[in-house]
Amino acid sequence: MEDMKDKKDMLENMEPSEEYSLSDDRRVKVLSPGQLVLKRFFRNRLAVTGMIILLAMFLFSFLGGLLSPYGEDQKFYRVDVQAKDFAGIIHNEEFRYTIGDNELFKSSVHAQALKAIIQGNDKFEYNDNAYELDKLSDDAYIVNSGGKAVGIASKELVNPSTPDEKISFDFALAAMKAKYGGDKTFKADGKDYNIDKEGIITDKSGTEVAYVSQYIVRAVMSDIFFSRELKNQLIDAVEAGQESFEYTDEEGVTAEYILKYDAATKAWDVKQEIDTKVFDTYSAPSKAHWLGTDRNGMDMLTRLMYGGRISLIIGFIAVFIETIIGVIMGGIAGYFGGWVDGLIMRIVDVFYCIPGLPFIIIVGAAMDAANTPSLTRIIYLMLILGFLGWAGVARLVRGQILSLREQEFMTATEACGIAPSRRIFRHLIPNVMPQLIVYMTMGLGSTIITEATLSFLGLGVRFPFASWGNIINDVNDTFVLTNYWFIWIPAGVLLLTTVLAFNIVGDGLRDAFDPKMKR
Amino acid sequence: MRKYIIKRLLQSIVILFFVAFIIYALMRCLPTSYVEAMARQKSMQAGSKSYEEWMEQLSAMYNMDGSIVSGYFKWLGSMFRGDFGDSWRWTVPVLQKFNDTVWLSFVMGFISFFFEVIIAIPLGIIAATKQYSKTDYTISVIALAGISLPTFFFASLLKLVFSVKLGWFDLYGLVGRNYDQLSTFGQLMDKGNHLVLPIVTLVVISMGGLMRYTRTNMLEVLNADYIRTARAKGLSERKVIYHHAFRNTLIPIVTIIGGTLPSLFSGALITETLFGIPGIGFASYQSMVSGDIPFSMFFMVFTAILTLLGNLIADVLYAVVDPRVRIA
Repeated sequence: MEDMKDKKDMLENMEPSEEYSLSDDRRVKVLSPGQLVLKRFFRNRLAVTGMIILLAMFLFSFLGGLLSPYGEDQKFYRVDVQAKDFAGIIHNEEFRYTIGDNELFKSSVHAQALKAIIQGNDKFEYNDNAYELDKLSDDAYIVNSGGKAVGIASKELVNPSTPDEKISFDFALAAMKAKYGGDKTFKADGKDYNIDKEGIITDKSGTEVAYVSQYIVRAVMSDIFFSRELKNQLIDAVEAGQESFEYTDEEGVTAEYILKYDAATKAWDVKQEIDTKVFDTYSAPSKAHWLGTDRNGMDMLTRLMYGGRISLIIGFIAVFIETIIGVIMGGIAGYFGGWVDGLIMRIVDVFYCIPGLPFIIIVGAAMDAANTPSLTRIIYLMLILGFLGWAGVARLVRGQILSLREQEFMTATEACGIAPSRRIFRHLIPNVMPQLIVYMTMGLGSTIITEATLSFLGLGVRFPFASWGNIINDVNDTFVLTNYWFIWIPAGVLLLTTVLAFNIVGDGLRDAFDPKMKR
Repeated sequence: MRKYIIKRLLQSIVILFFVAFIIYALMRCLPTSYVEAMARQKSMQAGSKSYEEWMEQLSAMYNMDGSIVSGYFKWLGSMFRGDFGDSWRWTVPVLQKFNDTVWLSFVMGFISFFFEVIIAIPLGIIAATKQYSKTDYTISVIALAGISLPTFFFASLLKLVFSVKLGWFDLYGLVGRNYDQLSTFGQLMDKGNHLVLPIVTLVVISMGGLMRYTRTNMLEVLNADYIRTARAKGLSERKVIYHHAFRNTLIPIVTIIGGTLPSLFSGALITETLFGIPGIGFASYQSMVSGDIPFSMFFMVFTAILTLLGNLIADVLYAVVDPRVRIA
């Protein structure tokens, strides 16, 4: 059929050249064997499709990275509203103690003082010391000992208005006396202060230094000091029964504060809702990120491009290594025969028998334990994949050479006195090329699958490098499997189509190389 | 024939000796081992010996103190006595763990192998008889897709569709949550239910190869002279294909099928791991990543034996099935 068609082609070509004689070479279109193979290959529509897919994959992987506006491991952020535990507010219903004298007003004395207050006594004794209670109001008592104030027991406390301000005991004592005595001014530490009805204490110049309040506001983070204004806001909100309010601090950061009363602890929990910059993880496909972003907030499409590049490079180099070793070993075995052949083929048998995947898994686990850097891992991976795969190539080459070397053209090379190495690599190997090319094409597909499987198991290519396998790795998280198709399906589809294309092209090449094929 | 088999067996033993040595050397080269972790753990216990002393004792116990070569021969020695040591990861004798897991893998492998054969061979033959038709193209592409499908991707797809979206099967494991409350029959059904997805995965992944092999061989047979003769005799196409051609196609297929039989015992490492099926593949994966030398050693040598056995069976079957082949 093929010949018929070719003849038909020839006849068509012949028509305009009728002046040539019948035996003229110019009448016949001469095609080299290579051209014939190409012709047969391009007639196979499936193989051509595979070829186009492969070309597209190469462009996608190698040019895509250049065209993409993002880098391989460029991280993206988004602004997220996060509610952080911010503060706790307590409306103080118990006596709290301001200590003036550490020795005479120890915590054990606090309990005695409380007992005396509840019982209505104005005197008590403890550890041979006599104490007197000086009542300012029902909620505030001054504890004296030996005619000197040693502490205050009160429900209201004197708080500093600015972080630098330190409240001395004398100051607190004077302030309390003034507040409950109804005085507008008081003197402490040699300075004059004013105090208003609300309990706000100002110095002479009118700036606020402290305040007296029954509310205790505590920050969750110890390094935060609340401004007076924010405290007032918080207390106002608590008194008004508000659930939330907005507040802009001195630095201009606006945040929403949410108050929640907790009956068990009799305290208000304050949560600050603030805009926080977080990694843009698992965001759905959008205009900026066509395939969304991955677990680390990196652009998925860009990762796929770089992943394809690494998968293809690993595949090519591994197959290249196995072909080189395989051709040399197979060539020597097939050409020399005898004990050389026997020895090499036994080595091939040994390599054939090594369970490949378990072998690489163990090496991967070992590299994990040794904390091998990601780039070194990739190099080892290529070497091992190539080294484990050469046995198949060697068998193929040897088998072919065994039959080829008995043919006449080899006898001719021998008669011409061509050196053995030249005979092997110039005359024998080129004749093995067709089978070798088919084997390599198919081998590329399976090597890429092996690499992807390893990366999927977390034993191959590692972060920050992308590979199609380690992109799909995220699917181990059931939540990703269920909710984020765009994380793993595109990578899987790319992997499948690439390997499929390699196999189809390999298949097409096999048919094209085979002169017995009827098409 | 007997002479040939004996020769091959002896050859296999030599090959096995070197394969086992390579595997042993690899295991010994692991930078951190389970032994160190164990020694560290033991030395932490109150009133215990120091880490170095434990390390020394444990290394001596596991033949890890000498050189690789001497350690290998010690391992070989105990292996010949049928002693494969205790698994570090599973803390039971290696053979016991093997026996606990291998049968599940075998059942799974056998069922998927059965389906593989009854799907792949007819499809391959149909493709060959209708060469270059649409059917042929479709079957070829399906076969190639099966070969090209990465196991983990296909398994994830199956999980997404059948476990998550349709809710027919569980995502992981061999038994369901209420396994203990079920009757004996119910327990069997539960296990079967959990094996459906892994088996589908295995069948789809592996049938492509056999399908193509059948097609290629059938094509070769269909081009043979005796088929032309059969047609020239005026036999019906049915008879030509299913009587004369099919029988001859069976020769290489039976050979290859015989050769794959031993590998049914080696389990499916990736599939079992993905579906959490406690078979030999899953157990060996766990052992390998946790540096369990005795079990990994055993598993890899076992796999190597299966490979050698498969090759031998294939070669012998070839001679048995095809009287034209003479083995010297």
